[in-house]
Amino acid sequence: MNEVAQIVVLTLAAGTPLVFAALGELVVEKSGVLNLGVEGMMLVGAVASFIVAARTHSPWLGVSAGALAAAALSLVFAVLALSLRANQVATGLALSLFGVGLSAFVGRPYMSVVIEGMKPLAIPGVSDLPGVGKLVFAHSPLVYASIALFVLVHLFLYRTRAGLVLRAVGESPQSAHAIGYDVIGIRYAAVLFGGACAGLGGAFLAVAYTPSWVEGMTAGRGWIALALVVFATWKPWRVMVGAYLFGSVTLAQFQAQAAGVEVSSQWLAMLPYVATIVVLAIISRDATMIRLNAPASLGRPWHPAG
Amino acid sequence: MRAYLEARPRPSRLAVWLAPLFAAVATIVVGFVVFSALGRNPFAALHAFFVEPIATRYGVAEWLLKASPLMLIGTGLALAYRANVWNIGAEGQLTLGAIAGGGVALAIGDAWPSFVLLPMMFIAGALAGMAWAAIPAWLRTRFNANEILTSLMLVYVASLLLSWLVHVPWRDPEGFNFPQSKMFDANAMLPILLPETRLNASFLIALAIVALAWLFVRRHVVGFEMRVAGLAPSAADYAGISLRRTVWFAMLAGGACAGLAGVGEAAGPIGQLLPSMSPGYGFAAIIVAFVGRLHPGGIALASLLLSLLYLGGESAQVHLGLPSAVTGLFEGTLLFFLLAADVLVNYRPRIARAAVAT
Repeated sequence: MNEVAQIVVLTLAAGTPLVFAALGELVVEKSGVLNLGVEGMMLVGAVASFIVAARTHSPWLGVSAGALAAAALSLVFAVLALSLRANQVATGLALSLFGVGLSAFVGRPYMSVVIEGMKPLAIPGVSDLPGVGKLVFAHSPLVYASIALFVLVHLFLYRTRAGLVLRAVGESPQSAHAIGYDVIGIRYAAVLFGGACAGLGGAFLAVAYTPSWVEGMTAGRGWIALALVVFATWKPWRVMVGAYLFGSVTLAQFQAQAAGVEVSSQWLAMLPYVATIVVLAIISRDATMIRLNAPASLGRPWHPAG
Repeated sequence: MRAYLEARPRPSRLAVWLAPLFAAVATIVVGFVVFSALGRNPFAALHAFFVEPIATRYGVAEWLLKASPLMLIGTGLALAYRANVWNIGAEGQLTLGAIAGGGVALAIGDAWPSFVLLPMMFIAGALAGMAWAAIPAWLRTRFNANEILTSLMLVYVASLLLSWLVHVPWRDPEGFNFPQSKMFDANAMLPILLPETRLNASFLIALAIVALAWLFVRRHVVGFEMRVAGLAPSAADYAGISLRRTVWFAMLAGGACAGLAGVGEAAGPIGQLLPSMSPGYGFAAIIVAFVGRLHPGGIALASLLLSLLYLGGESAQVHLGLPSAVTGLFEGTLLFFLLAADVLVNYRPRIARAAVAT
């Protein structure tokens, strides 16, 4: 039972950065905007959270800084793609390239800095209960936050008026505009939210999961998060399933090594990327299903006439 | 009074070519501000960044040397981007090219003369780059899978594959346990163009590919079809231009160019296989393609600019004590400014005086 609890704890932790980033991107895409800058925003979130955590000795301040920094970066995307009408694909790529460069630059002095990371939740008595204790009550606080985020995103999208408006903007910006909604404003808000979420994902890696700062430490998780949104056919609950599945794939290499499997670490490290490609191909195969589920205006620039 | 954008009746050619200039100048201004903020004398810093690296003959040779892979890859990517095919995995295709070309060099060594071996290495590299690019092409045409994500994922796979090769099967037994292959034999090394520099024949290959692409885009029917497919997919479809063929051609062209660039690095300045064969040329080439306006001539110029950013980053490390990652920062900034300036290609800024109270 203790081993099961251990695996659950590890899987949830490994999936959490993906949960944050993919849920954020899902909301962005639901508003009809494709932001390919997730990897860059995660890295900026990671480095900002690490620097602030190292300076203030407060992981929580660090996490907030990570979310803010990534949201600030996403604002650049919003200005370029929404106000200046730049190509969304190119702008998202630019954001990722810039985020990689920026985080490497400002993070250089912090490469070998050691910080005290965020501690897992420990409720005296309860967390030590045999079985359920570790299973339910011993995760990092950010793991609970990511699950709460899922509940909130789901309720927002499908149970609130604002969520309905956001989805309408993603399906048909011209209709939403005609009814009198501020399409660009709503899209700005969605992009900033997505940025903050990606930042949280990066911050979780830097101050809770590892905790450390290494250049390019997200290792493609931002891109995997983008693939997860497609895999999830834009449904929050499927994002959760996918994120934990991929989390367990990233763990497979450590598990295999622990079990003494004679495979070079590089081949095992390829697994998450290969899995992403395979899963993407399987899901995308049904073009009709993708078309029915994707927000109709996804990635298409729209601006009010005049 | 309110500012707004008015659509131009037709895209402004002037803005198309002024935007990169604006972006370059704006990036230098940002550099000025960043260096000042870091407590450096900004004039001295900009001098160290942009002038010092190319003040000597050796420096100019390095400038052209680093521009070669950027030019080569940028040209290949631009063909794809014109057709709206988003190959962003050139870094992985470069890695596979280096692996294949390097593999030929290591396997054959001095058994063959240089004039046979080097072409074999380049052919192997181009084929490997194409094979790596064929995966996203196949997944896109057969399974409708997004080539942005698949080509990018393959960058990580390629780098892990190279890492495994130099750690395990191809590791130099006399390499003091470093993860690196043997040094290539002299006949597997590209000839040097300028004595006492590292500038080698890959620069000529890059120029030849640029010229070839120029002809292709203007004169060849497939080049025309690809442009149409990018500009107006439904018109292309109506005219019987096959999207499938466009995707395949775009991906393979990019893969071949990146593969050639990988061989150029392995058989040029590096001379062996290392865990990383490129400081991100495959990604920088994306910026080269955009800054060069997806035009072969523009790309040749843009590759010089991006190459200078690489040299500047190294120089900044030596002379200013700044991390060379400052290069990536400037690359991203350059692309941001370019995208911002591009709004003027299709729009005119206007200011409306509030004639009617609302």
